[in-house]
Amino acid sequence: MFGTGMSNVSGWLSKSLMARRHALQVLGSFLLPLLIWCAVSYLPFIWHPKMLVEVPGGVDYFRAGMLVDKSVFQDELTSMQAQNLELPQGKPANPIYLPAPHEVAKAFYTAFTKAPEQKDLPWLHESLWHSVTIIFWGFLISSLIGVPLGILSGTYSSMARLNEPFIEFFRYLPAPAFGALAVAVLGIYDAPKISIIVIGTLFQQILIIANTTRKLDPTIVEAALTLGTGRLRMLSRVVVPGILPDLYRDQRILLGWAWTYLIVAELIGTSSGITWFITQQARYQHFDNVYAAIMMIGIIGFGMDILLGKLGRRLFPWDRSQKKE
Amino acid sequence: MTIDTGNKTYLQQSDAVRARFDKIRQREVILEARHLGKKYISAQGEVEALRDINFEIHRREIVCVVGPSGCGKSTLVRTLAGLEKHSSGEMLLDGKPVTGPGQDRGMVFQGYSLFPWLTVKKNVMFGPEMNGASHDMAERDALLWLELVGLDKFANAYPHQLSGGMRQRVAIARALVNQPRILLMDEPFGALDAQTRIKMQTNLLDIWRNVDITIVFITHDLDEAIFLADRILVLKAHPGEVQEMIEVPVPRPRSTAQFGGPEFRATKQRLEELIHPPVQHEENEDEKAIKPHLLRFTHVTDNVE
Ligand SMILES: Nc1ncnc2c1ncn2[C@@H]1O[C@H](COP(=O)(O)OP(=O)(O)OP(=O)(O)O)[C@@H](O)[C@H]1O
Ligand SMILES: [Mg+2]
Repeated sequence: MFGTGMSNVSGWLSKSLMARRHALQVLGSFLLPLLIWCAVSYLPFIWHPKMLVEVPGGVDYFRAGMLVDKSVFQDELTSMQAQNLELPQGKPANPIYLPAPHEVAKAFYTAFTKAPEQKDLPWLHESLWHSVTIIFWGFLISSLIGVPLGILSGTYSSMARLNEPFIEFFRYLPAPAFGALAVAVLGIYDAPKISIIVIGTLFQQILIIANTTRKLDPTIVEAALTLGTGRLRMLSRVVVPGILPDLYRDQRILLGWAWTYLIVAELIGTSSGITWFITQQARYQHFDNVYAAIMMIGIIGFGMDILLGKLGRRLFPWDRSQKKE
Repeated sequence: MTIDTGNKTYLQQSDAVRARFDKIRQREVILEARHLGKKYISAQGEVEALRDINFEIHRREIVCVVGPSGCGKSTLVRTLAGLEKHSSGEMLLDGKPVTGPGQDRGMVFQGYSLFPWLTVKKNVMFGPEMNGASHDMAERDALLWLELVGLDKFANAYPHQLSGGMRQRVAIARALVNQPRILLMDEPFGALDAQTRIKMQTNLLDIWRNVDITIVFITHDLDEAIFLADRILVLKAHPGEVQEMIEVPVPRPRSTAQFGGPEFRATKQRLEELIHPPVQHEENEDEKAIKPHLLRFTHVTDNVE
């Protein structure tokens, strides 16, 4: 009794220690790039290739708040000195496309709190939600076709020979190439966007899932055969549950790929969603908003993957390879 | 061709043992192989794994199959299970030819073949459910068999939570719950440590004593073969042919105390003669191709022997 109690306590201790170390490592992996970004933004001697004009002085085309190259600023400074005119004043700055962390953080916050400048324009979260629905439908439709087809191809070699050569060919055709076609067939709203995600995901999905199905331990299938399992039941009671944890992992990776097709998909027809938001903000040189939106995509994608990972561990308690994650 | 080992040979049987074999021979034949042959067609060409195998196994016999590596032991048992199609001859179970796998032949594999997504109990329930039993019936049978292999306490554990020996116990229960006519076992205890192995062997004999089951047991452990078997089928390699069917003269009931006994030693000596012939350079063909060429990676003065 006492012995098992002790080992439970020490087991729990080492587990919590492990968890804490794990969390620290995750934090560290984010902290390093953030530190570099801070250093580049806040320490002028590291990079800062521009000068932010504060006082134009005698230079006729300088305006306060203007960004000019350091060399240009230096030239004007020496020429003003030579002509004995009022000297321009400025401080080192980064290019407009590299806002500092605090600016992005502020943009991130105001995106949710301050209404967009034009009345009829969508909020950031509305754009994001639209993007998420595109991904959802695209991935759902792709999976409804791809998962069953992949499992069948992995189980029956005749099925694989029938469709895999074509899929191998088709998956090399870049999904965006079908954009114009998709618009012509499906109109300019969400349908062609969803179809691009389907085209981008489906063919890889069939091949990957067929491969995963083939990797099922043959001994397990043979054991089921000797227990009197028929052909149909073999699929539903052995093959599918046998590959389920791996299938789930594949789907997580494929979902990540679907996200990468999102930007292309949203440029098709009438630009929409988060892509529309980003291009719009970039046009007005609101790069802090651009970064905030890009980060938002990252956070949603990463957060979803972590959530799905946790769910997977709960769904498949027998799967040991997942414990190592 | 009798070889003396002391004053006893493996062919000499005590009256009790002889009477037992007479009794076995009177039982009906459950499994019969007639001129059984198996050829694999592979990329490297044709491999004749089995040639002209003949034997009869009677009800409730334990027959062990031994032979050098690659002699076709696994092929034989997989063919009996219906997992491989034989190329020639025939194989009869209760007089009827075997065509594919079926619940009348249970199988325990060397590797872990349990369904990892099912608990121990559900693993054992799998067979009955596949064969049309109701959930309640399957569950009752499963618990009964788990008790018989001593794992009723682990009914709700997953296979990965069990030790190697426990997993093979579950595999045995899962095969036997289907009430097969014959239990095929391909080196089921090969991966276990010596102590666990002895325990599993003893437990298997206990089960066999209480259940109407005939066992074909593949092993490369000669002690294991002698300890378990009524008869031992010795195969030779390339191609796999029957070399001899030995009637084990060790009396039953068996116990670990018999390991050093005269009948035991005589049988083992005979098996060793058959499997490792005294002419050593006649190696098995697979091994012949492997010639290690040793280089010295340590300093000349750094000797370990
Ligand atoms: N699927 C296969 N395709 C081609 N050849 C095979 C196949 N399976 C087995 N063989 C060949 O058949 C012969 C018998 O193999 P088998 O596995 O039955 O031997 P074994 O006695 O079980 O060996 P071991 O003691 O190593 O388990 C070997 O020469 C092997 O190379
Ligand atoms: Mg083998």
